[in-house]
Formats: sequence, structure tokens, C-alpha cells
Amino acid sequence: MATRLKEVDVVLVGFGLTASILAQELTDAGLQVLALERGGFRDTVPDFSTTTIQDELKYAVRHGLFEEPERETLTFRNSMDQCALPMRHLGSFLPASGAGGAAVHWNGQHWRFLPDDFVIRSHTEQRYGKKFIPENMTIQDWGVTYADLEPYYDKFDYLNGVSGQAGNIQGVIQQGGNPFEGARQRGYPNPPLKRSYPTVLFEKAAKEAGFKPFPCPASNTSRPYKNIYGVQMGECTYCGFCEWFGCGNYSKASPQTTIFPVLLKKDSFSYRTQCEVTRINLDSTGKRATGVNYVDAQGREFEQPAQIVITCAFAQHNVHLLLLSKIGKPYDPVANTGVVGRNYAYQITSAVDVFLDEILNPFMGAGALGQAIDDFNGDNFDHAPYDFIGGGYIALWTTGGRPILQHQLPEGTPKWGAGWKKALQENYLKSCSIATHGSVMSYRDSYLDLDPTWKDIYGNPLLRLTFDYHKNEHDMSNFLTDKAAVIAKAMNPRSFHPKPRKGHYSIVPYQTTHNTGGAAMGDDPRTSVVNRYLQSWDVPNLFVMGSSVFPQNAGYNPTGTIGALTYWAVDAIKNQYLKNPGPLVQV
Amino acid sequence: MANPPISRRRFLQAAALAVPAASLLGCHSDDSRKILAAANAPGPLYLSEGERHFLDAAVERLIPGDAKHPGAREAGVTTFIDRQLSGPYGMAETWYMQGPWPTGDEEQGWQSKLTPAQMYRAAIRDIQSHCQQKYGKHYEALSTDQQDDVLHGLEQGHLDLPDTSAKQFFQMLLHNTQEGFLADPMYGGNRDFAGWKLIGFPGPRYNYVAEIEQYGKPYTLPTVGLNGRTGA
Repeated sequence: MATRLKEVDVVLVGFGLTASILAQELTDAGLQVLALERGGFRDTVPDFSTTTIQDELKYAVRHGLFEEPERETLTFRNSMDQCALPMRHLGSFLPASGAGGAAVHWNGQHWRFLPDDFVIRSHTEQRYGKKFIPENMTIQDWGVTYADLEPYYDKFDYLNGVSGQAGNIQGVIQQGGNPFEGARQRGYPNPPLKRSYPTVLFEKAAKEAGFKPFPCPASNTSRPYKNIYGVQMGECTYCGFCEWFGCGNYSKASPQTTIFPVLLKKDSFSYRTQCEVTRINLDSTGKRATGVNYVDAQGREFEQPAQIVITCAFAQHNVHLLLLSKIGKPYDPVANTGVVGRNYAYQITSAVDVFLDEILNPFMGAGALGQAIDDFNGDNFDHAPYDFIGGGYIALWTTGGRPILQHQLPEGTPKWGAGWKKALQENYLKSCSIATHGSVMSYRDSYLDLDPTWKDIYGNPLLRLTFDYHKNEHDMSNFLTDKAAVIAKAMNPRSFHPKPRKGHYSIVPYQTTHNTGGAAMGDDPRTSVVNRYLQSWDVPNLFVMGSSVFPQNAGYNPTGTIGALTYWAVDAIKNQYLKNPGPLVQV
Repeated sequence: MANPPISRRRFLQAAALAVPAASLLGCHSDDSRKILAAANAPGPLYLSEGERHFLDAAVERLIPGDAKHPGAREAGVTTFIDRQLSGPYGMAETWYMQGPWPTGDEEQGWQSKLTPAQMYRAAIRDIQSHCQQKYGKHYEALSTDQQDDVLHGLEQGHLDLPDTSAKQFFQMLLHNTQEGFLADPMYGGNRDFAGWKLIGFPGPRYNYVAEIEQYGKPYTLPTVGLNGRTGA
């Protein structure tokens, strides 16, 4: 029997990036806010100290900062006719556990989506005709536009102290920036990072090939910076340990480096760690959330009542919680009915490794130190000659040269033995890699539901993921890989090695932690779980954050858009919902 | 017999001698640090002597030593694997290990109910009996060509092991060997920075603000580990 606790105004499921933003903003609005975090508390000191954090084995290889499948995992299959099997250890994606969430261990690659991305179905139908979209592709408009989100993108840029070069300020194209980006109201808060040698070579080659390279926007601070909450960040030292590590230098934006120093001082905010939320509770009408149930580290169950419930867990975990709580109609791909679990998507990536004669010192880098072209992202190019929708950026990142997982070897190198060792010795300092980062559309047969067989440690059914790459994504990704090879060739290398993404999606090799969908946002409750303000259509005092609300995925890393959507939603909660609690959009 | 593990008594003697000597000096020369590190290092934790002999031979084929650069054996990779198998990784402590256990497709990943430590034990036993059957010798007594043949047989799945997937074990052994060769020396491998010096990685140096824009120039400061210049 759960012990009933004292009611709070707002309970947040999870204490990662979106929860930290919400907590800061909603306590400012005078509310009492509680975050329930399944992992532990973590802060820059002592957890990410520069004397211990640069440990590739512990953090990158043995997954020191991530969720533990023993406690929570999912089952996976490529298609509906297979038996889904448990993901027994992490691989393809690496969700976090603990305060700060995945914003602790991300690279800081901080993008805005393109204006067309938010209206992809209507835009595609208008430009190419209805028949251009395959029948089983279930892409939809978001219900918000880039113009709606721009002020909130801006706020998130200035929270994180993004380093970059604007490409479009209020419609005026800026020299050296990304000319394809949506108009921004002002430039980035900080200038671009210092440039690593490979990014200089990439820029030259990309220009020669006729493309428009620009410095990638980075949530790694290029100089000391005080953010919108008065929190001080320090200059990045290019240590090369961003992704999969915490930053010990206060240079990579995370809740720890941008929000905690002010949030944790507030009496109106509290958090509890090692507390796993297992249900969102509803009243007898099923139209109102009364709070959540959670289990603490001792296995005790508590009922936490709240006026507002906001799920801020990692993408698929929000969907899992909705399904377990029986909120919203579960998606049925056969009948093509229901919404919860519908439109799961991901990212499709490939690479072209480049081998040069010069010393490149790959170990000097930062998570978002890169140079990119956006010529082939979204609908920045005419798709009419091609048989696919979508695109992606092509970038040369120098995130670091960590020896175990970050070395490239020329094509044909033996996998082991004297030949492997010789190739490693000859190429470690003299190689780099160009990445392509492609969009993934949503499909009728890519979805999340509850597994019929396997259970988690609380006895709840695991989430089941059914997902594969479709022809559209392979064709698009191959197109990007070919363009990346054009740039690689223009770098005048000793050799280069294109590594296209082939075959079925596999849960084994790391690709990206850009899982999206399952609780899609939109204008129509028949095809979305939440409205344009991320408010549940079914339970108006429940909101869902994070990339779980993306109706499909764009050709960028998701965090910029997650931050913007969070600020957009919290603005609506503060300025509309609190004045008149109820549905913010009438059907 | 190669490299018998240091006995507990000898270990304690070394520790007793080393600690006061270093304290008396009142400083930490490289030598005293090395002695301290050796004294503090645990002996074999999980692997039997026979299993260590197999691994010494196998990891040396995966990353062989040559005249200029030590291989995996000299770099301490067997010790690294031993320590890894005795800890959370070897015990699959954070993995989802609930049944049932049907076999799946490659895209669905690891589906064995054996932990990595258990898989090493079963696989080494079965590889040794294969070598006995085929060559009448233990793996470590075979010629290097024969040793490579066995490894190729595992890698390609031609060699049938009764309790484990040969391919899966080979991949795990290869990954763990590379990890041990290239991880921070405090984990027992990459001894004297053998792996990092081979490739030119200077270790966790933390700050490259002054150097990152010196394009094409070698980085010359000495290699460090998280525990300093000696690494271990």
C-alpha cells in the first residue's frame, strides 16, 4: 500500500534538462515544484572533476553515467512478424540516469530545426504533390511553427551560452554562417570555438566542392559567459572528453552548469533521487491526474499528489509511463487507431573516414567543435529528381581522440594482429571522419507498445520497440554519404573510406541517442497525444516534454528543439494554464 | 611456465618494504610511485593460472609485440581482463538478465544468459579441449600460426564451442584486448603507456587552448595517466 504524501503544485517525472528548465521557470511563477529522479544526484564537483572524469573505459566503454538495463530496458525487433527480445545491455542509444539527465553526457551539438521541418507534410504536398509521400509514411505537421518557437530557441541559446556564427539575422544572410537556417532575432551569445585543423581542411574542401560550410553551433562556451539566470560558465579547454562524460570545466551546458546554482537554492523547489515513478494516477473521471506513484531505493511505494504532472523522463520512458498509466489510446498499427506509441523515429547516420599525411592531433577537440554544410538538409535542395524525403547535415566534428573508441583505420586493415597494430600506429594522429546526420520519417510500422513477455524489476511489462530503416531513409543517407565523399576527396587525402549505413537497423552499435516520438504533438487528437503546448489531449493537467513529442525526426540533433519546446510549453503553462486551468486548445 | 602470479607472502613483503621507503624519502619519485603501485596492485582475481596462460598467448596474437613496441601481453592486458571480469562488467551487474532466453537475430544483440566472466570460463575450457583434441597441446603451446588458425576459426564461427557462441566470444575477447591495450594504465593494461605511446595519445592532458590552433605541429609534452606520469 502506497504511503500518501503531502500535495505539491507540480510534480516532475525526472530531473534532467527539461525538468530543470520547468523547475526554474515554475518556481519563478510562485509554484511549489518537486522533481522525482530515478538515478542519483550528480554535480560538477565532485562527480565530473577533471582529475577523474577523463576516463574512457569507465564512462564511454562501461557506460558510467547511463541508465542500467537491469533496472529499465526495452525489447526490440525490426518488424511486427518477429519476436522482440530484451536489450540486455546498452548499444545503439545511451539514455542517462541521474540528475541532469542526458544533458550531462551530450556533446553540446546545439541546432535549430528548419522552418520547413515543422510543416513537413503540408510543405511537401504543396511543393511536390501528395503522391510524393509514400502511403505508409505517417509524417505530420507539428502544430507549432518555427516562428512560434524562435523566441524560445533564442532563450535556450542564451541559457546555454551557445558559441557560433549566425547565418540569418532577421532575414539578412550573414557571412560565414549557415545561410539555410531560419531567421534568428540576434546572433549567438558567444563567437565560434577555436578551430581544429581537420575542420579547417574540411572548410576549404567543402568550399572547393561548391558547398557552404559554417562553424557548428556549440553548447561549449568559447569564452567565459554569464547566462540568463546569472550563472557563470568558463572557457572550453578542448580536452576532448565531452560526449559520454560530464564536463569538469563548467564549459559544456548542462543543468549543472546553467541552472542548478540558482535552482537548488530555492525553498520552493525540492528533488528526491533513486525514486522511480511507476504510474500517473487519475481521478474517477479519468480526465484529471491526481499525482504519481513512485518506488524509492528501499522499495517503499509512495503516492505523491500534485495539481500538475509533467513527464520529463527520456523519450521512450515518457511513452512507457503513459502506456502503463493507461492515459490516451494506445496505438494499434494493424487497425491504424490510437496514438500512444505511434510515430517512433530515430536518426540515420553514416561516415566517411579520411586519412591524411599531416599530424591532426585528434585528441584536441570539443563535443561540438565542427564545421558543417547544410546544403542537403531538410528541403534545402530540390527533392524532385530524387525518390526520397528529408536530408541531413554533413559535418566534420573533432569531438576528441579517445583511443579505444575514436580511431579510424583505412579500408582493408586487418581486424587484429601485426597489421592492425601497424595501421593504428600510422593513422591515429593523421585521420579524421566526416559524419552525415540524417532525418528519419515516421511510418505506420515504427512504434512503441508494451511487451507481452518481459517485465521490469517492478513487475511492469517492458516497453517494446518495433523499428527499421525504410527505403526512403537508406536512399537519403546514401545520397548524403556520396556528398560527404565528394568533400573527403577534395581534402586530397592519402585515402578515404565511405561507410554507408547498410541493412536493417541494429540495436548493437552506437549510433545516436536521438530517439523520438511515441507521444507526438499536433493539431488533431486522432493523430497526436499532446496539443501544440505539449498538454495531454485527454488529461489537461498532464504535460509531456522532450523528443517523445516529435512527430518525426529532422536531420539535426534534437536538444536545441527540446529546449525551445520546453520554454514554449512553460510559457503557456505560466501565462495561460495557471490563469484558467483546462485544455489550452479546444477540439 | 610463464609469469607465475606473485604469492601473497611476497606481495606483503614488497608492500612492507616499499611503503616506508617512499615515506622516508618524503617525495614521490617515479621509482617510488612504481613500487607503491606494484605493491597496491591486486594479484589474480578471477582467472585461474591456466586461463591466464591461454589469455597471455591469445592477446599477444591479437596485438603482437615487436622489436620497437610491446604487444598486449607485455602491456598487461591479461591482468586488465582479469580485473574487468572480477568486477561489475564481468558479472554483467547492470545488464538485463531475466529470462526467457530465446535466440534472436544479430540486430537484437546479446542474448546469452552467461555473464562475460562465465563466458570466458566456458569458452577457454572448450577452446583448450579443442586444441588438445586437434593438436594434442594446450593453446599456449601451439605455434603462432596454429594459434592464429584457432583465432580465425573462432572469429568466423567455424570452430564449434558447446556452451558459447565462438563468434561472440571472439568479439568480446578482441574488444577487451583493445580496451586493455588503450585504457588508462590504472586498470592494469597499457603498462608504461605501451598503447598510448604507440599511437601518440598524450593521455588526459585536459587543456589544449594554447596548442589547438598550431596546425600540423606534433604535441610534445610527456604522456600522463589519471594517476600521473607512471600511470598505474
